[in-house]
Amino acid sequence: MTTLDSSKEIQKNNSEVNETHEDFRMFGLITFLIADGMTFAGFFAAYLTYKAVNPLPDGAIYELELPIPTLNTILLLVSSATFHKAGKALLKDKNSDSQKWLFFTAFLGIIFLICQLFEYFHLPFGLTDNLFASTFYALTGFHGLHVTLGTLMILIIAWQSRINGGRLTSQNMFPLEAVELYWHFVDGIWVVLFIILYLL
Amino acid sequence: MTISIDPQKTNNESLQPKGWLRYFSFSLDHKVIGIQYLVCGFLFYLIGGTLASAIRIELASPMSDFMPRDVYNQVLTLHGTIMIFLWIVPVVNGAFGNYLIPFYVGARDMAFPRLNAVAFWLIPPSGLMLVTSYFVEGAAQAGWTAYPPLSITTPQSGQIIWILSVLLLGGSSIFGGINFIATIIKLRRPGLKLMQLPMYCWAMLGTSLLVVLSTPVLAGTLILLSFDIIANTGFFNPVLGGNVVVYQHLFWFYSHPAVYIMVLPAFGLVSEILPVHARKPLFGYTTMVFSIMGIVVLGLVVWAHHMFTSGTPPWMRLFFTIATAFIAVPTGIKFFNWVATLWGGKISINSAMLFSCGFIINFVFGGITGVALAQVPFDIHVHDTYFVVAHFHYIVYGGTVFIIFSSIYHWFPKVTGKMLNEKLGILHFIITFIGFNLCFAPQHWLGLNGMPRRVAEYDPQFQFVNQISSLGALLMAISTIPFLINVFLSVRNGKNAGDNPWNALTPEWLTSSPPPVENWEGEAPLVKEPYGYGKEISEQK
Repeated sequence: MTTLDSSKEIQKNNSEVNETHEDFRMFGLITFLIADGMTFAGFFAAYLTYKAVNPLPDGAIYELELPIPTLNTILLLVSSATFHKAGKALLKDKNSDSQKWLFFTAFLGIIFLICQLFEYFHLPFGLTDNLFASTFYALTGFHGLHVTLGTLMILIIAWQSRINGGRLTSQNMFPLEAVELYWHFVDGIWVVLFIILYLL
Repeated sequence: MTISIDPQKTNNESLQPKGWLRYFSFSLDHKVIGIQYLVCGFLFYLIGGTLASAIRIELASPMSDFMPRDVYNQVLTLHGTIMIFLWIVPVVNGAFGNYLIPFYVGARDMAFPRLNAVAFWLIPPSGLMLVTSYFVEGAAQAGWTAYPPLSITTPQSGQIIWILSVLLLGGSSIFGGINFIATIIKLRRPGLKLMQLPMYCWAMLGTSLLVVLSTPVLAGTLILLSFDIIANTGFFNPVLGGNVVVYQHLFWFYSHPAVYIMVLPAFGLVSEILPVHARKPLFGYTTMVFSIMGIVVLGLVVWAHHMFTSGTPPWMRLFFTIATAFIAVPTGIKFFNWVATLWGGKISINSAMLFSCGFIINFVFGGITGVALAQVPFDIHVHDTYFVVAHFHYIVYGGTVFIIFSSIYHWFPKVTGKMLNEKLGILHFIITFIGFNLCFAPQHWLGLNGMPRRVAEYDPQFQFVNQISSLGALLMAISTIPFLINVFLSVRNGKNAGDNPWNALTPEWLTSSPPPVENWEGEAPLVKEPYGYGKEISEQK
């Protein structure tokens, strides 16, 4: 293997100044989210198949209450809107407004998780009670993991959008846009999950 | 928005170790990562090959005498898992993909160099975990398919380590897939159109789509399986009300495309090698592209042909039989295109060409048995027999591994600047080809006569044919020796290759051999006709 001699080094550095390429980080993220969506698709397919072909034994408890998950759906939808607000504020260089909206979004995410845990503790069935229970916890748990990660990322970019020394500015929107796309994705999955698991 | 080429990366580059040490570093150079994949994969190939030899030694006699039966099950599970997840998938995608794709699209590196390095460095730890799980209460015993309830009832720790390791390898594969899609779609040199790309790019694009769409489903399934093992849930456990067939559906939704993940890149590589050594343009470029995409689409909707004996309803059998038979059409188109590429060409008989021709012969045989296996009445007869083993190995060894060797002979001068010894190469080919066919062709007969697979003991009437098969396996093991000698001798004192020993026209040969750190000293060349052989070189430029 050769290494570059010094003349080539200079040439290389010169060429580097001129060479640019399109920012395709978002493209990579979208590809990743498609892959992530396929994991959920697998879970949903398994759940629907179980529902169709595996009758639960007599006496199995599988009732779900609607109020908490409905509240959670609203929370996540509102949080998507507040996240969008944060992006708009940052675009107009109103960093502190943006930061407020981000913290509010993270707050909504935390409330969602608390409600989810509250629901878990008050459900009449546990993880291993029956097939429905296992699938219910697997699906909502895997989604909850996504919400947890999303909330952490929102807190990180909220910290980064601080006025003095923050990396997140209207010139460097990518971190916010990436987390926003991820957050919308997690919301979308929740809506599908809510329909399939609670309403069907 | 545009961003300049990551300056941080070049700064780090000066901190990277030089010489051979960089192959042990978290290097971001796609060429270093490609070689890391190749060498790491080859080491696991040697381990998997040793396990295969152990299997064939056991099967040389009808009694279970060489090793205990539970060890036999561990050996065959590790053999399958290592060969698929640690040798073929990483090498045929990761190694050649990382090395060649940036050249083919005219880029200086992959789209996401750091992700690329992460994807590679997930492989050695998970591989080591898998291999050493033997020493912790025994490795997994449920085969590379890990069908429940078998995988739930066998000793747990080995199975859990297996799941963890396959999850990590799946993650590595997905990261790689995302990187390839972004590189091919987004990082093409300005002026280079999609339909001007070398065929391997198309093969990798198709493969990466399959990886991104199907691997996550396997990951989800294995997570559910691990819950069944650790937390006593009943997703796939019939005793607790679960359903084993759901596991099979989810598993094959990944693992059938996985066959294409293993063989589509080989299709791409052979399409690069044949035109160079036959001095003819690749026949039917456009049909090749559409065939690859056809295989990708069809490959996603044929998985249940692995499950014809799992109580699949008649409509499902009908659909999956027809869909599977349809795959023979694009595959046949590709096969005829390769033969037409050779037709009337000025063929050089060298190791790369011989291995490619060996691929064509073996693959057509494996393809024919594949169409046969798609037919429900036939499949029910030979399901879970050695016929399936023979078919599968004709595709992955006779197909993909032959192409891996062919590619090593073809691109070795590019990577090292040295030629491999042709005499040793041809010797390697002859022993491999005879050994391979001796090993696996008789297994068709064994399967048709009812010898089940995955057993350590069998009916004594099959002994003679099994011994022929074991003799073939011995030859395959021996064939590695001339190859290793060849590589070691050629790296040290091989003949100097010059920049372009094959007079090839694809872009990777238009830079020095070995290539400089960022691939091109000036601007990347614009190659609009990667297969324009038979024209004057000056016309090309």
